[in-house]
Amino acid sequence: MSDKHRKHASRYTSDRKIPGAFEGETVTRRRFMTGTTHAAGAIAAASFALPALGFAIGPIFKETPHKWETAGPTDMFPDNNYIPVVITLTPGIGEAGKTTVYVRKRNPSIDLEKPDSLNQYIAITSRCAHLGCPVRWVDAAERFICPCHGGVYDLLGRRVGGPPVRPLDRFYTRVVDGFVQIGARYSVNSELQRFSPRDPGEPIDGIGQYLYPSRPSIRR
Amino acid sequence: MPKLPAPPVPAALKAPPPRPGDGNGKATPLDHAAEAGISVVDWVDERTSLSGAARWMMFRKVPKGTNWFYTLGSATMFAFLSQAVTGVFLAMFYKPDPSGGAYESIRHVTNEVFLGQFVRGMHKWGSSVMVILVFLHMGRTFFFGAYKYPRELNWLIGVVLLILTMVMSFTGYLLPFDQRAYWATIVGVNINGTGPLLGPYLSDFLRGGPEFGAVTLSRFYAIHMMLVPGLIAALIGAHLYLVAKLGTTAPPWLKAEKNPELRKAKA
Repeated sequence: MSDKHRKHASRYTSDRKIPGAFEGETVTRRRFMTGTTHAAGAIAAASFALPALGFAIGPIFKETPHKWETAGPTDMFPDNNYIPVVITLTPGIGEAGKTTVYVRKRNPSIDLEKPDSLNQYIAITSRCAHLGCPVRWVDAAERFICPCHGGVYDLLGRRVGGPPVRPLDRFYTRVVDGFVQIGARYSVNSELQRFSPRDPGEPIDGIGQYLYPSRPSIRR
Repeated sequence: MPKLPAPPVPAALKAPPPRPGDGNGKATPLDHAAEAGISVVDWVDERTSLSGAARWMMFRKVPKGTNWFYTLGSATMFAFLSQAVTGVFLAMFYKPDPSGGAYESIRHVTNEVFLGQFVRGMHKWGSSVMVILVFLHMGRTFFFGAYKYPRELNWLIGVVLLILTMVMSFTGYLLPFDQRAYWATIVGVNINGTGPLLGPYLSDFLRGGPEFGAVTLSRFYAIHMMLVPGLIAALIGAHLYLVAKLGTTAPPWLKAEKNPELRKAKA
């Protein structure tokens, strides 16, 4: 500490011989003024910085609504092959908001997960679980194949080759008045158990489900 | 009026003193006209003292052995200035509209605007040039040992500038909004999402939601043309200040003078 600070040994302004000091006063008027000015500046800066920051990161916490989209009549979908259907994920932005979903009827001999009202039809996303490129169902090979980095998936969407870290995502389906409807997206682990939707590239087996938590913006 | 010191220009460029008998020492209108530029500079300098700062910045001592490798930093800066100027003019035509307007506005610039293809080409290819120059400049600094004391802070600022340049490249790639731009951004955002714990939230921040949506393009556009260029310009200022303040390093192959007498004479 320099001598400048050491010479003010006393807390009291009157002891320090400051002109006009009150008895028992510890904060000089100069120090009080400095502090008030700094506080006013901080409040002024925070009053625009905090709302702007909240505005920018707000979408992280806002849940995106989803709606049911009609895919087609129930007899359109066989139980041993996929029919591609185009649905709108994000309305209002034209082609960029659309995606292809591969739909088939549930087949009890190969679909071993528990049947319920939301998986009578199997809807598999075309979004690769590696980095999100569009996979294509190749009928002759009975495989989903990704053009970008060579990800390969089997009939159930489970990874059989290439870099993907988990099976292809699925969508909930329901039947209304003889028509199949496609709802919200969900992710599955390698046992095809349901999880909140994760982005591509995020494994959810084992520790992965905690390293890549579900997000408030999109829940199961 | 007190006379300011003459600017340090070479003797050949200085005006010759008036010959005896020319106007008998009185200033003619022609003399005033010839001095007009100097008078304006003097007027500003008397009120700002900018010439001192300009001299401090420009007339520095440089070490022996300074060579062409030392121009990579200013080459990078000029690449950035070129990007900034062409970018401002491209922004006059660009529409960040994901339902087709973005692609259409780029097509319009490329095919119909006078010199549009040229200016857009400068911006597009210039971005690669800037990235290459950044890395060459970084390599020069590394291999010449120019990051060592007391220049560590300048290395750190440079690393932040490198990251910001990468952010510019990533956000700018989406703007043409063609198939390549769209899928490259999908893949890029998903790579970013593979960072554990924070990655998924950062992806949501970049997209403005869980899916590529209506606000993604305008977010990228705002980051690309307002947020990051300002940061880069400010950090280039700090980078240059430190270069001028600390001076440049001699190349590593230059040996220090062993003879103490000569060493003193050289210093």
